[in-house]
Amino acid sequence: MPEKTMRDAINEALHQAMEQDESVFVIGEDVAGCNGSAGDVGSVGGVFGVTTGIYNRWPDRCVDTPISESAIVGAAAGAALVGMRPVAEIMFADFIGVCMDQIVNQMAKFRYMFGGKSRCPAVIRFSAGGGFSAAGQHSQAMYQVMTSFPGLKVVVPSNAYDAKGLLLTAIQDDDPVLFFEPKVLYQETAEVPDEMYTIPFGQANFVREGDDVTVVAFGQMVPKAAAAIDALAAEGISCDLIDPRTTSPLDENAILESVQATGRLVVVDEAPPRCGLTADIAGLAADRAFSSLTAPIKQVCAPHSPTPFSPELEAAYLPDADKITAAIKATLA
Amino acid sequence: MSISKETLLHSYRSMKTIREFEERVHAEIMNGQIPGFTHLYTGQEANAVAVCAHLDESDTIISTHRGHGHCIAKGADVSGMMKELFGSSDGLCKGKGGSMHVADIDKGILGANGIVAGGPPISVGSALAAKIRKNGKVAVSFSGDGSVNQGTCFEAMNMAVVLQVPAVFVIENNYYSEHTHIDYAVGCNDLKARTEAFGFPVFVADGADFFAVHEAAGKAIAHARAGNGPAGVFAEQGRYHGHFVGDPQAYRGEGELDDLRENHDPLKVFRQHMATSGDLSEAELDAIDAEVMAEIEQSVVDAKAAARPTPEQVTADVYIQYGANGVRGTYHA
Ligand SMILES: Cc1ncc(C[n+]2csc(CCOP(=O)(O)OP(=O)(O)O)c2C)c(N)n1
Ligand SMILES: [Mg+2]
Repeated sequence: MPEKTMRDAINEALHQAMEQDESVFVIGEDVAGCNGSAGDVGSVGGVFGVTTGIYNRWPDRCVDTPISESAIVGAAAGAALVGMRPVAEIMFADFIGVCMDQIVNQMAKFRYMFGGKSRCPAVIRFSAGGGFSAAGQHSQAMYQVMTSFPGLKVVVPSNAYDAKGLLLTAIQDDDPVLFFEPKVLYQETAEVPDEMYTIPFGQANFVREGDDVTVVAFGQMVPKAAAAIDALAAEGISCDLIDPRTTSPLDENAILESVQATGRLVVVDEAPPRCGLTADIAGLAADRAFSSLTAPIKQVCAPHSPTPFSPELEAAYLPDADKITAAIKATLA
Repeated sequence: MSISKETLLHSYRSMKTIREFEERVHAEIMNGQIPGFTHLYTGQEANAVAVCAHLDESDTIISTHRGHGHCIAKGADVSGMMKELFGSSDGLCKGKGGSMHVADIDKGILGANGIVAGGPPISVGSALAAKIRKNGKVAVSFSGDGSVNQGTCFEAMNMAVVLQVPAVFVIENNYYSEHTHIDYAVGCNDLKARTEAFGFPVFVADGADFFAVHEAAGKAIAHARAGNGPAGVFAEQGRYHGHFVGDPQAYRGEGELDDLRENHDPLKVFRQHMATSGDLSEAELDAIDAEVMAEIEQSVVDAKAAARPTPEQVTADVYIQYGANGVRGTYHA
């Protein structure tokens, strides 16, 4: 099977969805690029290159916008309400700060507030997360915040294979979907089939299988957790590593069944702790699998602070394999 | 308007400092010494310096992602800025902010800003404070040709008129927002007229010419300081570098960059004015050049030797008295 980067896998999914369904279109800042200039229109494909080539094949369905995140999300929501399947790009998840109303009060709630009579099949893609020394306004995960809003589906792929299958599901889904691409993973490769395939929402992936500890990790934390777990094998410790892939809907059963089998739980996410996914999953296990637990649940996440700029500070801020290893061992102590 | 010799000397020094700072930062980024996202101001020096020539320390400015020039022009400590870009804990922001968040509150610099059009509303607040306190201060916000399309910018301009506050909106048209040309992103063909339609005067200048911007900014700032409500400055001048360091600049026309550097160089234009007027001699200007080169060189030497931040600093300065409100700092294992 061919190896592809996460960037290329997402790009391929977009091309295939555009090809298959004329109601799919891409909209965002520089998703084509160079519009109005003397240069080469369509040559940018988004600042991370994820929409490369789309303008060149479908110029009418690759829509560059001014810097206007509220209007971008609103336009996607409105086009979706009348039957299109927009895939909007918001350059950095942090810019949710600019377009929060259109996401949270508008698109998330149409269907419920309209008594189940509307559909809003919009996808909003974001680059997300830390690891670039991009500081406080360009490093946030944000998916943990958005998971709390009923009406939104929230996807966080951790590898190229999942990214393609999950994005194709997102585009076909009739509810609004927020799709968070951990930007440090764009260049990471995996085996990705050329043909179209979908991965159902709410179905976790068992990245590793083991007996001693259940580790649940999200996005860019999945490969870090896998590295920690692989190293622990030499010490005779084996872990389940669960990547939920979608935080809403969440595959609660996969997590609970694993915890019932291992009796120990470590949850790993890159976002700060308060009202985040580690507390959410810990709460789920405490509520529904308490009698199976043989050790306190451990949460590994960023501290309650914005993301710092300096590389040393960011390295200390983000969870890494060492911190995950220490947490796994703590549950076994 | 005649300009004092002291102001001429200071202004030329400021422009030269910005130029050499940016060119050196460019080189250090290419060497891999400066992490994160950095946007260079080279070419636009006259805008920042001519505007700030009318401000004193307690007037405020708020800048953009392309903020080094504005900060230097308003008097930020150059060595502290260089350290900040290198991520040192001795940097102006202790290595927490980096290029996109340089700030020096004591100098009236309310920060560079990573969110496009994050600044204008904040500047209206600073202007409102000046109005309430009746202290004759003004608040300047810098915006690019792309940022003026953001809702926050419209809201700030309208509210400044409604509240009749001394806010000065400086719009720098460098023709591009990332890879998109102003002719595409600004829907009307007259941005000055669109801005004036909010209800305040906008003074236009050639951004390559310090004296033109000085005159336009002088009128705008005098208007605001006199209690006549907000005013605007609209200056056109291209940037010499890509949007970010490493940008392939596919949007440039044939010969565009050569023309900019050759025929629209604010430092050259300034020297031409001096040669004609005789206000400053070539020897005086050359002496400034030499001093600035030495200062920038020293700032890099100092930045490379400066203290590095340590992990416990991650959670410092989240709140004024961290921990006093009982928020737990870390859930790290
Ligand atoms: C809310 C938001 N949207 C998008 C971006 C990404 N971005 C950073 S700079 C920029 C272009 C800004 O153009 P302009 O206002 O003309 O300023 P210039 O870069 O030309 O100085 C964009 C789109 C951002 N930082 N913040
Ligand atoms: Mg611009």
